[in-house]
Amino acid sequence: MNNWTTITSTVTASFLASFVEVVEAFTIVLAVGITNTWRSAFIGTGVALVVLALMVIILGPLLGMVPITTLQFVVGVLLGLFGLRWLRKAILRASGYIAIHDEEKAFAAETAALKQQSGATRADYLAGLAAFKAVLLEGVEVVFIVIAVGTSHGLTFYASIGALLACVLVIGIGLLIHKPLSQVPENTLKLVVGLMLTSFSVFWIGEGLGLQWPGADLIIIAFFFIFAVFAFVAIRTLQNTKVAKISGAN
Amino acid sequence: MAIIRTAITELWGLFVDDGALALLTLALIGMIVAAIKLLGVSPLIGGAALLVGYLVILGESVLRHSRK
Repeated sequence: MNNWTTITSTVTASFLASFVEVVEAFTIVLAVGITNTWRSAFIGTGVALVVLALMVIILGPLLGMVPITTLQFVVGVLLGLFGLRWLRKAILRASGYIAIHDEEKAFAAETAALKQQSGATRADYLAGLAAFKAVLLEGVEVVFIVIAVGTSHGLTFYASIGALLACVLVIGIGLLIHKPLSQVPENTLKLVVGLMLTSFSVFWIGEGLGLQWPGADLIIIAFFFIFAVFAFVAIRTLQNTKVAKISGAN
Repeated sequence: MAIIRTAITELWGLFVDDGALALLTLALIGMIVAAIKLLGVSPLIGGAALLVGYLVILGESVLRHSRK
């Protein structure tokens, strides 16, 4: 059953998760374009997009052959691993136990590395390769997210729209400001995406095992709030523990 | 070759960075599947156990990291 809850949550999860990944890829492509040449940046990005498109073309029909309950279960398990990992990292970052991902810092590091290579005869190739790797690796995550949140309910089209909107938005903003998107609250986005993916995971593993959830798709919202309250309490508790540790040390 | 190795490492890292978290998650799901399929436990109880189990595993993982 595809109601507005499923469609909205699928598009939102796909959009937010893809947004975070595209911001990270954009930082590297921008560094390549500014430090080396835009030609290298575009060629690297273009080749990576072709590889990603081939992956989708090959994987898409194969997934159609898998029985839906098996697919829901497998995707649920993968989403559980993926979502809990994002949630864990976001909680630890928000509470100060892991450094927040900084796009300015990533941009500076990539620019410095490319400047070091600029004397090399293969500088264009190395710069293009950097853009290719960034787009391919972040793109694989986007493809996985689109497949994972879309396939189980036959909503790959809606999930793709979410991802495409994220790409258009990031590239649009990037072209306008012409620098890394450092103001994006990346950790908050990762926290929200982690909450959504983990909620989807519980729902789909249950469905894959033949469970008819009370409230059908609406229970995903309940799962989201349960995980959100847990994350909020965990962040507060860890923040207080850290403050107490620092005070105790002084 | 190096790029394939990087891609595989990145793919692995997509799902696993805290090995214990991933292992406990898989063990929890395995136990729930076994309980439903082999012991005839109600799927609803299995679903509830999955939700609670996720919270416990996540709590343990963040707590363990914060104590390092």
